[in-house]
Amino acid sequence: MNLIAKPSKENIRTYVPIGLSLVSLSILDVFANAFFNLNLMAFFPSQLNYFLPLILGFIGFYLIRIEFSGVRSLDILNKNINSNNFNALLTLFTIFIIIKSIPPMLDWFILEANFVGNSKDDCTGDGACWVFIKVWFNRFMYGLYPDAEQWRINTAFLILFVVVGVSFFVTEKLKKYFIFFLVFVFPFLGIKLISGGSFGLEYVESAAWGGLSLTFIISAFAILFCFPIGVILALGRRSSLPAIKYISIGFIELWRGVPLITVLFMSAVMFPMFLPDGTFIDKLIRVLIAITLFEAAYMAEVVRGGLQALPKGQYEAAKSLGMGYWRMNALIILPQALKLVIPGIANTLLALVKDTPLIFVVGLMELAGMIGLAKTNPKWLGMAMEGYVFAGLVFWVICYAMSRYSQNLEKKLSTER
Amino acid sequence: MMSKIIELKNVNKWFDKFQVLKDIDLEVAPQEKIVICGPSGSGKSTLIRCINRLEEHQEGNIIVDGTELSESTKNIEKIRAEVGMVFQQFNLFPHLSILDNCALAPIWVKKLPKKQAEEIAMNNLKRVQIDDQALKFPGQLSGGQQQRAAIARALCMEPKIMLFDEPTSALDPEMIKEVLDVMVDLAKGGMTMIVVTHEMGFAKEVADYMIFMDEGKIVERAKTKEFFENPKSERTKLFLSQIL
Ligand SMILES: Nc1ncnc2c1ncn2[C@@H]1O[C@H](COP(=O)(O)OP(=O)(O)O)[C@@H](O)[C@H]1O
Ligand SMILES: [Mg+2]
Repeated sequence: MNLIAKPSKENIRTYVPIGLSLVSLSILDVFANAFFNLNLMAFFPSQLNYFLPLILGFIGFYLIRIEFSGVRSLDILNKNINSNNFNALLTLFTIFIIIKSIPPMLDWFILEANFVGNSKDDCTGDGACWVFIKVWFNRFMYGLYPDAEQWRINTAFLILFVVVGVSFFVTEKLKKYFIFFLVFVFPFLGIKLISGGSFGLEYVESAAWGGLSLTFIISAFAILFCFPIGVILALGRRSSLPAIKYISIGFIELWRGVPLITVLFMSAVMFPMFLPDGTFIDKLIRVLIAITLFEAAYMAEVVRGGLQALPKGQYEAAKSLGMGYWRMNALIILPQALKLVIPGIANTLLALVKDTPLIFVVGLMELAGMIGLAKTNPKWLGMAMEGYVFAGLVFWVICYAMSRYSQNLEKKLSTER
Repeated sequence: MMSKIIELKNVNKWFDKFQVLKDIDLEVAPQEKIVICGPSGSGKSTLIRCINRLEEHQEGNIIVDGTELSESTKNIEKIRAEVGMVFQQFNLFPHLSILDNCALAPIWVKKLPKKQAEEIAMNNLKRVQIDDQALKFPGQLSGGQQQRAAIARALCMEPKIMLFDEPTSALDPEMIKEVLDVMVDLAKGGMTMIVVTHEMGFAKEVADYMIFMDEGKIVERAKTKEFFENPKSERTKLFLSQIL
C-alpha cells in the first residue's frame, strides 16, 4: 500500500506548492547560512541540521517531478534540472556550492578589497590588494618601455582597432584592401612604430618591450605566420612527392615532439652559437620564429584533419575542370577543409596565446612575466595572488573573445550553405 | 579517314598486382557517342577516368585531341579543361552557390572576366533548366537538379569531350529522366560523349557504338542496333538478359 501517492497530475495542486516550498526553504537555509551566518534550523540535532537542506530540497524536487504536468515552466524545469533523483541531487549540490562560494569571493574581490592608496601599507583590509595592480598597471601593460614613448604602442594598437573596427562595416570589395593592409602592411608598420630607430623615433630595444602589449605583439605575429606555414605543411604532408612529404612529416614531428620551453631556450641561448660571428638576430625575433614554427606544426595537424575529411570527389571534380594543384587547393579544398576545423584552429590559437608567458625563460616578460617580476619586488611581497588573478582574468577575457569570434565565424559560414 | 579525338592503344592498368584494364583499344571520332556497360567492377569507371588522367595507366598509349597522356605530359590541366566529366556523386562544391560552381573554372582556369564567366554559367544553367536555382547552394537542390548543375558546370568550360560515369545511378527513379533528357539534348547538339550507364533506353536513343566490358576487357564493341539485336558474345547476351 502506498502511504504517499506518486506525484502526478491529480495531486499537482497540493504537491507542487509543498515541493516548491521545501526547495525554497532548503535554498534559503543555505543562503542565510552563507551570507548572514545564520542557522535557521539550529533547533535540530547537529548532524541532521547539517544535511537538512539537502534532504528538504531532495524531497521538494521529488514532489514537483510531475511528468506532463501541463504547466510549461514546471515541465521545462523538470526536464532540465530535475529529470531524476540523481539530477535533482546534482542540481542541489550545484546551487549550494554557488551560494556558498559567493560571499567569500565577493569579500575578497570587492567588499574587503583595497582600492585606494599607492603602497602595500595602504592595504589594511582582509581582501585583495588591488592597489598593487593600480600602481604597477603601467608596467603590466608596457613592460619596461619608456613612459615618454608609450604613445607609440598606443597609436599602433589604436590604428589596429580602428582598421579592424571599420573593416566590419565596409563593403565586400573594400574588405579585400583592409585585409591586405592588416596582413601585409600593418604588422611591419606597427613594429617599426614600436621599435623606432628611424623617422625621428627613438630606438627602443626589444628587451624593454613587455607586459600585455608584448603578449599581443607576440600572439599576433605568431598567429599571422603560423597559420599559412601550418597550411603549407599540412598540404606538404599529403603531397605525392616523397621529398616534400617526408620533409613535412619530419618537420612536424620534430617540433611537436619538443616542449615549447625547450624550443624557446634553444632559440635564445643555443641558436646564436651556430651563427657566424658578427651576425646578430634580435632575441624577440628568434623567440617569435620559435613560437611560430612550434605552433605551425600543431596547426598543420589540425588542418590535415580537415583535408582528410573531404571526399575524394571534391579533388576529382576540381581536377576534371582543369584546375592545377594550387588553384584546386585554394579555391575548393582549403575553403572547405578550414571551415571544418575552425574549432581546432581556435583551440591551437588559444593555446598559443596562453603559451606566451613561457618566454620568461629567455628573459622576455609579457603580462604574466611582469607580474612575476613585480611580486618579487621587496616593497610588494605577498602580492602573487592579486597579480595572478589579474593575469588570469585578462587572459580569460582575451581567450573568451577569441572563442566567441570563432563560434560566430563557424555559425556564419555554416549558414551560407 | 576522319581523325580520331580519343585513341587508346593497348592500354593496361594495374592497381598494385590487380589488373583492372587489359589490352584496351578504343577510338572515338569527334561527335561520336559511345555507351559503355558491363557488370560492376569490370573497370568502366577506371577506363573513362584514364581518359582525363584522373587515373594513370601503366602500359599502352592514350591520345586525347592529339596529345599523348603520360607522366611527362605537361599541361595535363589544359587537356582536362577540354574534357568535361560528370560523376555519379555529382561532386558539386558545397561551399559555393550553383552559379559560382559553374563560373569558378572559367574565371580561374580560362581567365575570363567574372561578368563573362557568369554569363556563360547562366546560359548553361538555362540549357539544363535550372537557371532559377542559380543562387542556391548545392545542398538545397534535389539530386536531379544537382546532377544537371554538375553537367552545366562541365559545359561552362566548353569542352570538346564529355565523360559521364553512371550519372543517374545515385538518383531516385523519378529524377532520372530529367537528367537523361539533358544528356539527349547534349548529344543532339553534336557533343562527343562517352557514357557509362545502364540506362539502355538512353543508349538506344543516342549511342553510335556500344561497348560491353567485363573483367577489365572490352568484350564486345558494336553498332548500337547490332549490339542489342544480335550480340555476339555469350557474356553480353547474359548481361543484356539480366538488365533489359
Ligand atoms: N583506387 C583503387 N585502388 C585499388 N583498386 C581499385 C581502385 N579503384 C578501383 N579499383 C578496383 O578496380 C576494379 C574496377 O573498378 P571500377 O573501374 O570502378 O569498376 P566499375 O566502374 O566498372 O564498377 C574493381 O575491382 C575495383 O575494386
Ligand atoms: Mg564505376
